[in-house]
Amino acid sequence: MTPRGSRQLVTALWALGVGAMAFVWVFPLLWAFSTSLRAPGQLGSQIASLWVHHPTFANFREAWSDAPFLRLYYNTAVVVFGILGVQLVTITLAAYAFARLQFPGRDLLFRLFLLQLMVAPSALILPNFVTIRALGLLNTRLGIMIPYFASAFGTFLLRQAFRSVPRDLEDAAAIDGCNSLQTIWHVFVPLARPTLVAFSIVSIVYHYNEFLWPLIITDTERARTVTVGLASFTQSAESGAQWNLIAAGTVIVILPLLAVFVLFQRKFVESFMYSGLKG
Amino acid sequence: MQDQTEVRRFVASPVALARPAALRRRWRVQPYLFLLPSLAFLATFTYYPILSSLEMSLYRVTATVSHPTFTGLRNYAGLATDPIFRQVLRNSAEFLAGTVPVTVALALVLALLLNRAHALTTPFRTAFFYPTLLPLVGAAAIWLFVYTPGYGLIDVYLRAIVGGGVNWLGSPALALPAVMILTIWKNAGYYMLFYLAGLQTIPAELYEAGRLEGASGWQQFRAITFPLLGPTTLFVLLIASINAFQSVDQIWLMTGGGPDNTTNLLLFYIYQVAFMFFDLGKAAALTVFLLAVLMAIAALSFGVLERRIHYEV
Repeated sequence: MTPRGSRQLVTALWALGVGAMAFVWVFPLLWAFSTSLRAPGQLGSQIASLWVHHPTFANFREAWSDAPFLRLYYNTAVVVFGILGVQLVTITLAAYAFARLQFPGRDLLFRLFLLQLMVAPSALILPNFVTIRALGLLNTRLGIMIPYFASAFGTFLLRQAFRSVPRDLEDAAAIDGCNSLQTIWHVFVPLARPTLVAFSIVSIVYHYNEFLWPLIITDTERARTVTVGLASFTQSAESGAQWNLIAAGTVIVILPLLAVFVLFQRKFVESFMYSGLKG
Repeated sequence: MQDQTEVRRFVASPVALARPAALRRRWRVQPYLFLLPSLAFLATFTYYPILSSLEMSLYRVTATVSHPTFTGLRNYAGLATDPIFRQVLRNSAEFLAGTVPVTVALALVLALLLNRAHALTTPFRTAFFYPTLLPLVGAAAIWLFVYTPGYGLIDVYLRAIVGGGVNWLGSPALALPAVMILTIWKNAGYYMLFYLAGLQTIPAELYEAGRLEGASGWQQFRAITFPLLGPTTLFVLLIASINAFQSVDQIWLMTGGGPDNTTNLLLFYIYQVAFMFFDLGKAAALTVFLLAVLMAIAALSFGVLERRIHYEV
């Protein structure tokens, strides 16, 4: 065989082999989508197939009326963007201090920050629950959000970005009469935009998907997020083996992030790659 | 003379005069003001809870006891003789050993396979990456059906290989492996990204030199790729290990820790003891234990993290 022919053969084998594996990887998702479109109550062996004979939205209508998804979406949006909004302020200020200011105790404080990377909040569910209860924040969105308002991860990421901002620009801003806050706003934030975007995407995905903490903090629907709603929805539907309904509920919950991912695929992948590289 | 140098310095570097030391000293409180918001939240929700767990673990605090009574190390002694705790430790070790190396190895293989320019590369990468974006409970809801005996995906499609009618999540021997498979599926694509990023930093000349020396593909991998990915491998191993102690959402939905506690992991046990059995003292002792485990992993990771920081500066 010619070298070119054998190279094509290798590529073809690669495409087949990796393609088969990729198919296994997406199969559960495809199955969830197609099953959510099957007529309610339709079971039997064809439930495992990807083909739907008569697609219908009946499961979605039922799921939508069984669980308060609108409320859950709203709570989740408030929680996710509330956390992000506060985080962006706290990490920007802290990252600037660590990247550009000299002060006694800086290294010690930076190490104290890094402690949060190691002791992830999920390990502290019990003592933090006690604190939230004492603050009277059970069953509130603020109670879900508040432990995440400071982010060592974000501070660390942003400090790296701020360090690469040229001193000349900072000095130029100082000469123009900018104070520190104005310098941060007009010089550092615009130049660190890619980092801020990457952090935002990772933060949004993380908190949208979070489950255990909001589960503990809420015992009514008032402040519940989508993941907690889906879990209780799934448990009640599973006992009746209503898989079409579970699939619809799952699609309702996973669709928003997946849709945004499809639109900004490259940005998502870059952000997650970047977050690991730096964090 | 003196004046002239002063003038020259002024011309060369106007900033030196624009920021006299006095001005900087006046703002000495500023760094602390900037750190204050973060520190206030960190103190309340990271530092204080570590200390309060330590304290709470020394008391008997339950739903029925209205006033906590000091019991010293009794909660810890209770753990030593708690058969469920021993089972939980075994499960957690098994979960760690069964998910971390496999996920990391799989991630490396996927990255090697997908580190090439081809029209299919991006769709393939997407196929392996997307589970990262799913909530763990959402993934678990789908995988509940994958494992359903009788008509679930495994029973229908893999009957010839694994045999039909297996009740994966109901079997003490298979429930934990079933949860581990889902976890591997969920995380492999995420760690793959780190390897892809690592592969991009390896200079192409090294492979050229290798080819000139007549090195085979496997030899190139062993002599060039794997050693140079060393920092990435360490980093991914550490993230994966920390994650292994923190992901219990799928346990909550799929097994509830059962059957017979065979899928009960450390964090899930904390959740159970605290929020289902209301034995807060014991749960605090468990929390201290988990913190010690995470700190041990962190002690390992700190050296690695710091090395990575130095690389970048």
